Amino acid sequence: MTPTIGKLYNEPHPDETRVLTWRFGKPNSWKIDTYLADGGYQTIMKALQMTQEQIIEEVKTSGLRGRGGAGFPTGLKWSFVPRSSPKPKYIVCNADESEPGTCKDRLLIEFDPHQLIEGLMIAGHAMGSQHAYVYIRGEYRFLIEHLNGAIDEAYAAGVLGENIRGTGFTFHVHTHSGAGAYECGEETALLDSLEGKRGVPRMKPPFPAVAGAWACPTLLNNVETFSAVVPIIRDGGAKFLSYGVPKSGGTRLLCVSGHVNKPGVYEVPLGMDTMTFINGIAGGVKGGKLKAVVPGGSSCPILTADECQNLPMDYDSVAKIGSMMGSGGMVVMNEHTDMVAVALRIIKFYQHESCGWCIPCREGTTWLKKSLQRYADGGGSEADIDIIHELAKNMLGRTFCALGDAAAMPTISLVTKFRSEFIEYLKKPRAVHQHELVGIH
Amino acid sequence: MADLINLTIDGRAVQAAPGTLVIEAAKKAGIEIPAFCYYEGLSLQGACRMCLVEVEKFPKLQVGCTLPVAEGMVVHTDSPTVQQARKGTLEFLLTNHPLDCPVCDKGGECELQDMVFRYGVGESRYIETKHHVDEKQWSPVVYFDAPRCILCYRCVRVCGEGMGVNALGIVNRGVLAEIGPNEGDHLECDECGNCIDICPVGALTSGIYRYQTRPWEMNHVGTICTHCSGGCKTTLGVRNDQVIRGNNRDRSGINGEFLCLKGRYAFDFLESEERLQTPMKRVDGKLEPISWAEALELAASKLKDAKNPGVIGSTRTTNEESYYLQKFARQGLKTSNIDHIRTGDVTTLIDALSGKTDALATIGDLYTTKAALIIGADLAQQQPFMAYQLRANWRHHQSHTYTITPGPVREDQYSVGAVRCDAGKELDQLESLRDKLKAEASLVIIYGDCVKGDGVRKLVAFGDSLGIPVKYIPLVDYTNSRGALDMGVASDLEPGYKPAAKTGLSVAQMIAAKDLDVLWVVGEDPLRGKDLGSTSAFVIVQDMFLTETAQKADLVLPSASNYEKTGTVTNVTGEVQKLKRAAKTMGAKADLEIMGLIAKEMGLNLGIWTPDKVFDEIRKTVKGYNVPLPVVASGGAAQSQPVNGRVPSNYNPAEIDSDDNTLFTSGTLGRYSKIMNSVMEAPGGLYK
Amino acid sequence: MTFSPALEQRFEKMLKAYPEGKTRSAVVPMLIYAQDETGAVTEELIQEVAKRCGVSRLQVDEVVGYYSMLHRKPQGKYHVQICTNISCMLVGGTELYEHCSKKLGIGHKQTEPTGLFSLEEVECMGACSWAPTVTVNYDYYHNVTPEMLDQLLEDIRKANR
Repeated sequence: MTPTIGKLYNEPHPDETRVLTWRFGKPNSWKIDTYLADGGYQTIMKALQMTQEQIIEEVKTSGLRGRGGAGFPTGLKWSFVPRSSPKPKYIVCNADESEPGTCKDRLLIEFDPHQLIEGLMIAGHAMGSQHAYVYIRGEYRFLIEHLNGAIDEAYAAGVLGENIRGTGFTFHVHTHSGAGAYECGEETALLDSLEGKRGVPRMKPPFPAVAGAWACPTLLNNVETFSAVVPIIRDGGAKFLSYGVPKSGGTRLLCVSGHVNKPGVYEVPLGMDTMTFINGIAGGVKGGKLKAVVPGGSSCPILTADECQNLPMDYDSVAKIGSMMGSGGMVVMNEHTDMVAVALRIIKFYQHESCGWCIPCREGTTWLKKSLQRYADGGGSEADIDIIHELAKNMLGRTFCALGDAAAMPTISLVTKFRSEFIEYLKKPRAVHQHELVGIH
Repeated sequence: MADLINLTIDGRAVQAAPGTLVIEAAKKAGIEIPAFCYYEGLSLQGACRMCLVEVEKFPKLQVGCTLPVAEGMVVHTDSPTVQQARKGTLEFLLTNHPLDCPVCDKGGECELQDMVFRYGVGESRYIETKHHVDEKQWSPVVYFDAPRCILCYRCVRVCGEGMGVNALGIVNRGVLAEIGPNEGDHLECDECGNCIDICPVGALTSGIYRYQTRPWEMNHVGTICTHCSGGCKTTLGVRNDQVIRGNNRDRSGINGEFLCLKGRYAFDFLESEERLQTPMKRVDGKLEPISWAEALELAASKLKDAKNPGVIGSTRTTNEESYYLQKFARQGLKTSNIDHIRTGDVTTLIDALSGKTDALATIGDLYTTKAALIIGADLAQQQPFMAYQLRANWRHHQSHTYTITPGPVREDQYSVGAVRCDAGKELDQLESLRDKLKAEASLVIIYGDCVKGDGVRKLVAFGDSLGIPVKYIPLVDYTNSRGALDMGVASDLEPGYKPAAKTGLSVAQMIAAKDLDVLWVVGEDPLRGKDLGSTSAFVIVQDMFLTETAQKADLVLPSASNYEKTGTVTNVTGEVQKLKRAAKTMGAKADLEIMGLIAKEMGLNLGIWTPDKVFDEIRKTVKGYNVPLPVVASGGAAQSQPVNGRVPSNYNPAEIDSDDNTLFTSGTLGRYSKIMNSVMEAPGGLYK
Repeated sequence: MTFSPALEQRFEKMLKAYPEGKTRSAVVPMLIYAQDETGAVTEELIQEVAKRCGVSRLQVDEVVGYYSMLHRKPQGKYHVQICTNISCMLVGGTELYEHCSKKLGIGHKQTEPTGLFSLEEVECMGACSWAPTVTVNYDYYHNVTPEMLDQLLEDIRKANR
């Protein structure tokens, strides 16, 4: 059993719409020669013929929204960068992929690193930037080396460097390793981390567009977002938009995990029906009936099976029922899932990852973890459910960054939507409580 | 000025300048928005979340300490939602807090206690275990108790932004995050204790104050630090006549809350076992205790008989004492041999500035000047409050600082022109900064003892040639160095820089003279490492300690420290401030009282020797000292105005020499302060 | 301190990757790469990184405790990390961790007396769709069963005999 690059971890499904992932599974898809053979690095040449405004306009047309989790309209974000600033501008790519349930960006780098590099170049041209930094979580060491290899290839082939192919366009791509901190997925925390500091979020304003990396104008997007720029410029924004629904343009990579028969990463059009996806592409619920779905990474409020019926997977529809598309990490749970254990595991994660900067998050996640641990260990009472609910509410919207919300939202949804199960749990004899999980510190 | 912005806070119409933070706008309207991490003058954190307020049209509560006012904004700081949020935040804060208030130094003056009392809930729902880590000692004066810490980061900021020391940081993550010292397990820093002072809770505590008392058991006596010439106010916490702590938490005085190690901790010399408590006279070559009556009689008889006496005054004693001493010498002893040890050339500057008004800067100017030039001084070591002021000016107003020094100084961190040169060659480097300085709107020049005599004239000529308003600060060493000169404890000058009718012997000349018959030394140690030229002279010494000079004396009179006195002192920039007596003495007497009693014994009439009466006389007779009495009496700093006119003097510049004290030395007093010598940084050095 | 030529070369390149004067940016990557060679973030390493990046010792220290992959104590030659976060938990991650803990006779963040294996229960490593996930040092293993894990550990033991 040796880990290898280039082996598909799950087979593609015929119902996918493979716009970003169309090269996945092709032999040596990550090598520059295959990329060039597939028309690679022609889109940047096209982009160089376009004005910066035209590119930004095209991205706006595409309806692309940030694929990292927040779902901010990408074209709008691009338009915020003061391109006329005399300071250097930087492109920063967020490959910190740490939201539990999410494992898509690594595939984009693994199978099509040159698409990402080309996307960064297009962004670089649009912003008047000469340097991109790809911040990759430290655990993905293999991926850092892999992307470094692709970058070296690109330099060797003359598609990166000074005066690329005589166009006058100069661009450099660097990788930067994280070292284990979920918080660094937050864009300003990522920038502090990139600057060699603790990955603690910054106060906004100023936003990174104006004062980002090293206090210079910075465009910061997720791997999937930058990768999507290539088909958008290649085929036009309208084409990309047409894959999805009007306010949620294009496709997106869904990482489905948990109790499904075919877990994996699939590229689907935005707006696809949730149950169609689960029962179709994901192969149906495994081990029993559907109980709950985390739609987009563990920070999203959990959805009950009922809520998943007739639910189109696009930003607005999911928001309407009180959850989020988030980072595309869908976690499916069958009827035998212990929701107390789920609540505990989720809060343990956020407690472990809280940076400690602000009081409600630092102390709130810790209190919630301890309470839920006691509850799971059989020492709970019904009053605890209300206290847990209230504590989570006391964090919600009051923390420095979104991590507090990320911890509070699933907790609130779990204790409210599955309250009866929490109460039932109290009736179990103490001996069956099997959650002596080791404390992660 | 831009138009004011109109907003509503709790139903009140409020106007504020653009950019004003909601928390500040509310404060001006008399509405308190509680906060821990927000601290005026330091960078914004938004970390404690205590200042959350409701702003109409915003879906979420907003952070009052980071949100700027906007036209038409409607803010509610006391709505049920806000009240509930505060309760929630405080409840979170207390979960891992040990609640050991009964034994906590901060109990009674703790911001967390106050906040919970005012905004919190009465009971706790927290039944889980608390996270505990043991207390740590980081230096002889700094202890850290992490569980009490609420992570407001004030300490980190005051150390980094305020002091430029950057000795504190944040280590670990999440609930395990805590404040950490720069050397891993200990601190190497200025040991100023500003971190302890600014701590809202009992997390950072002082090595000398901890577990000594409850704060309400102390009297708080605001007086002037007796060490360097900065003139910082230190508020001494006194219980049962014992000084237990020093701070300036009420921000009275020119220094606001700033204090260095000296002002905060180095009052411990008061209780040194080496303090003199009884007069002594030399019997068979040894100093033997005698009564005050005998001592005064002896002093009086020797002084009365003196044909050629010499008098050396002090750079620490009060203006009243200095004034009285020179009067004693000139009128009582009919001698012009009176002087003090000079540590900076003020006289030549005043002479060189003759005809100019407004050319002497105050310490306050260092916070407002557009530019400053430091010549031959390591301010962070020698004048820490000046260094703090300049740094604050740079942080808040982007002022420009230039330095010409023989080695690295802390101002290098932000200076716009740092020139290095050999010691003594500083003035040769002026020209290299000319173009930059000319472009400044105004300038304050601070110079050390390397600039003296003609050097001062050369410097002023340079300043004149810049064509911009220039002010000067001549640095001197001690708490009343400036006052000693102003009061005419000077062989060449009578009070108010009046040329002496007859120039007497300087300190060096008195020591060298073979024919002095009596030498009277008040609060100074001129014979340190030296022998008196006149072997037959009868030496009278008033001091707190058996200094080298006292050891060579024939009669030693134990004197009180400035913390045991009333009177006034004048700081380096001529600001007159009042001393308040914090503690009583045992056996020792204030120098003024000693002098008065000797005068009485001698039958001299030199006027009433109470500090108030002498100060009255100073105000009436000493040029530039007609300062407003209410300002001084109420604890303020009154600016004295030295004469604007020629001050002829032939004082030998070679006699002007700074003691080059560091943060951890302070002349005689420094030698007897255990705390100053206990820190690992002591004695330190300049330009390192 | 000096590192292997390959690492020295990497550091040289790294310090040039950031804008001029921004060598502080190299602190975190430098620490993590150096730690792979030194086995832990020692005080000496902190000082060295501070020197190379032109920052204070404290600025490095602040970072070390922040990032969970940086560790001050040496780990086993093979550091086994098992994810028990939600996706892995749902498909047996917790049981896999407990199995491994029993098998190796060590708990969370503990190291075998021989120094061969150390164990850590970790948070999501970004392999949720192929859970449960185990990493050994920097190598990922997907869809791991207790049997596969036993085999993996055994193979490593054999190779190190």
